[in-house]
Parts: sequence; C-alpha cells; structure tokens
Amino acid sequence: MTRRLHPLLAVLAIVALAALYAPLAAVAYLSVNVNRQGFAWRGFTLNWYARLLGDSAILEAALNTLVLAVVSTAVATVLGTLLAIAMARFPWPRGVRRAFDLLVYLPVVTPDILFAAALVVAFQFLRGVSPAFRPGLLNMVLGHVSFQIAFVALVVGGRLATLGRSLEEAARDLYATPWYLFRRVTLPLLAPGIAAGAMLAFTLSLDDFVISFFTYSVESRTLPILIYASLRQGVSPEIHALSTLIVLATVCLVVALEALTRFRKE
Amino acid sequence: MKLLIWYGRLVTRRRLLGEGALLALGSVLWVTLLVVLPLLVMVALAFASRSEIGEVEWKFTFENFRRLAGYGILGWSADYLLILARSVWVAFVTTALCLALSYPLAFFIAGRSRLTRAVLLGLVIVPFCTNLVVRTLGWRVLFERAGLYPGPFAVFVGMVTSELPFALLPLYAVVERLDWSLVEAAQDLYASRSRVFLHAILPQTLPGLAAAIILTFIPTMGAFVVPGLLGGEKYWLVGNLIQQQFGESRDLPFGAAICLALLLLTLAGLFLVRRKGADALA
Repeated sequence: MTRRLHPLLAVLAIVALAALYAPLAAVAYLSVNVNRQGFAWRGFTLNWYARLLGDSAILEAALNTLVLAVVSTAVATVLGTLLAIAMARFPWPRGVRRAFDLLVYLPVVTPDILFAAALVVAFQFLRGVSPAFRPGLLNMVLGHVSFQIAFVALVVGGRLATLGRSLEEAARDLYATPWYLFRRVTLPLLAPGIAAGAMLAFTLSLDDFVISFFTYSVESRTLPILIYASLRQGVSPEIHALSTLIVLATVCLVVALEALTRFRKE
Repeated sequence: MKLLIWYGRLVTRRRLLGEGALLALGSVLWVTLLVVLPLLVMVALAFASRSEIGEVEWKFTFENFRRLAGYGILGWSADYLLILARSVWVAFVTTALCLALSYPLAFFIAGRSRLTRAVLLGLVIVPFCTNLVVRTLGWRVLFERAGLYPGPFAVFVGMVTSELPFALLPLYAVVERLDWSLVEAAQDLYASRSRVFLHAILPQTLPGLAAAIILTFIPTMGAFVVPGLLGGEKYWLVGNLIQQQFGESRDLPFGAAICLALLLLTLAGLFLVRRKGADALA
C-alpha cells in the first residue's frame, strides 16, 4: 500500500502533459483549417502544405537545415568518437583527465546564449585571419560541431565504459595490428554507441536555434530562423504547416533514437 | 624508457600518451579555439571599448559596467538593471514551478506499469526534442487569441513548459530507483506522513532535485526565444539584451559585459539555492 498515489497526481500529470502538447496541437489544428485568420473551423484542407512546396525560401531553408545537420553531425561524430577513445583508453595523469572532463561538460552546462556569444567573438577574430569566417553556413557548421562533439563523446564514452578491455587484449595477444584492432574489434563493438551519439548530435542540430541565430547569413537561414523571422510579420498558415511537419519529423527521430538505444542495451 | 603493458600491448608511456594526444587533438583544438579561448577573451572584452564604426578598441575601461548599471549620456535609468532583476525573478519562479510540477509527476510516471511508463516518458521527450521556436509559436498563437500576448503570464507559461522536461527527467531517474523499503520501515515505525516524506523519500531524491535545479535554472537565465516571442519589448530578459548587442548593435564589449553579469548572476543564484536547500534540510 506504500506506493498508492494520490488521485490528484493523475490530474496534475494530465495538466502537465496537456500544457506540453497544447501549443503543438494548436499549430497542427490551424495548419489544416481553411480559415486563414482565427480559430473558427471552416473545413479541412491540405492547401497550406501544398503551398510549402512552391515556396522557394522555405525549401531553401529546409535544405540549409538538413545540410547543416548532416555535415556537422558527420564531423562531430568522427571527432567526438576519437575524443571518447582518447579519454577512456589512455593512462592520462589526473590533471589532463580533469581538463578533458571540463572540455566535455562545458558545452553541456553553458547556457546556449553564452556559447553563441563566444562563437561570435571567435569568428570576429578569425575573420581577421581569413574572410571565409563571415556569417554563413561554414560558421554555423563550425558552431554546431563545437557543441555536438561533447555529446557524442559522452554517449560513445558510456559505451566504451561497458566494453571492458578483455576483447581488445585478446585481439592484441593474437597479433592484431593497431589498425586491424581498431577496424575489426573496437569499431564494431562501438558501433551502436557511435550511431546513438550521431543521432543525438543530429537531433541537437535540428533542435538548435540560438547558435544558428548568432551565426547565420540571409542565404543560410535554417527553418527555425525562418519561422522566427516570419513571426515578426504575423503568423501565416504556411508557417503552421511547416511547424507541424517539423513536429512530425521530430517524432520520427525520437522513435528512431529510442529504438537504437534499446538495441544498444540488448 | 619505462615500458608498460596496456590493453595487451607492450609500449612506452610516452608513445602511448602521444597516440592518445593525436586522437584527442582535433576535438581539443576545435573546442578550445571556438569556445574556451573566446569565453576567456570575453572577460577582457568586457573591459574594452567600442569605436565609432563598431570595432573593438583595446582601451581599459569600466564604461560597459557603468552603462549596465544605468549611467548613460542621458543620465541614469533603471532599464538595464530592471532587465537583470527580471531575469533572475523569472528564472527563480520558473525553476520553482518546474520542480513543483515535475516532482509529483515523476512519482506518477514511476508508479505506472512498464509499458505506460515508456509511453509517458516518450510523450514528455517528443516536445522536449521539438524545436523551441515551433513550441513557442504555438503558445503565441494561443495567447494572441486569448489576449494575453505579449505579457508576463505568456512568458511564464512558455518558460515552464519549455523547461519542464529538464526538471522531470533527472527527477524521474532518481524516483524510479527509489528504495521503497525505507518508506515501509518508516511507516512500520509509526512515522507521520510528513516525516515519512522528509526522512525516507526526500533525502533519496536530493541528487535528482539538484540536477533538476541546475538544468532548469541555467537555461532559463539565458533564455531569449521565449521572452522574445511571448514577452514583447516590455518584458525583455537578459538574453534579449545579449542578442541585441551581438546582433543588431554589434557592440561586442557591452555584450561581453552583460554575458559576464549573466554568468555571475547564474552562479550566485545556484549558490543561493544550494545554501537555502542545505538550510532547509538541516
């Protein structure tokens, strides 16, 4: 009987979940409503979704979002995995270990706005070295990678910690060269962790607004930036349709990530 | 040369660490160059000034902090200080509301069957992973309709719903592993309901509570999407101020000074919560 919970808890849980979904539901509702202005229901339509396909600004932003997420995830997955291996598999003195920990936890605990401000400062100085560092896709990729690395390293590091050293030792005893060991033993064992880390990095990139907003140029606008900017002129049903699609894509990503981590545990 | 056996391999320590350094090099350089060094430079920037054309001038000055304190060409105004105070207030209230909501919610979820738990957690994680701009847009639409946009109420609702998962997930992690035998023991010894909670349940959830506070308080202090989209010009938070300096105004030194203020206020807030929490338990 100790675990019996108060009925008020159920009410509270429903209220909290309702509060999480109310804004998403409102946007989804408006995205299929014929009514352009206001909430009154005037009939079902997919017209607003169809219009998205004809809007070159939105298509370009969608492409930018995807390119940014794919490129930054690819770079961050490689760097983060190498960092995780470097952190877990070498006899570092305590001071170095601390420095690594700091490096990995810094992006996790720094508020994004400070992170974004730091990037602006970095690019300001790097622009003195090369004009390539002006606001735009390159800077956005550099910025995204700099926070994704830490999350990939944490996830891959978690997987590394569960592996133990016996399999790698056995491979060594059987005269595996370092490269063979990495290709045929460490990498396959790490693969689920790397995949989960990459998925997380990809989700974080799509989820980001602040860091992109501090480093973008008009040509490299992502979907969240486009939505934010369009809100200044008032909301349109096309934006609702776009937002609903983003929510649906997020649901797919979360389900995929969940399936992947479950696979990892088994 | 000192040899050691490492993962079935006979190597010198120096060679081994050299290899490790090579593996870490890319990430370390990347993060150091783009984040760590710039954060340090920002401390110096806060004491530098800005030339007419918007370039940084390395001339030591307290001007940025004077400006933040409200002293301008037109005399003193409380605007900036008000924004700072409001940010701390909003962050405290949001954190408190998030804890108050997610603490019972964590027990509710943890008390369900395995399948229901997975579904409920999934339901929390989906909005958590949805882009904040999209979620805030939904509130904007609703509040515009209700005549509550722009305003403080809209900001608080937006903040609490955006940070709720940050508080819930660490709390859920500790509640799920709660040792109920301690609760039973306390009840067997005729402890009152409040004593059962204070002595058998609360201490077990403290690590989760601490994580929840840190994970909610830090992002709310730096928030700028929610106040930007729901608060309007009259309810700016420090995040909006920073964005303005690094964006439209291109006043990096003043922006750096505000960042420094934000960092100090966040640390002070966390310290205060920790002290208060320790006092409350003692």
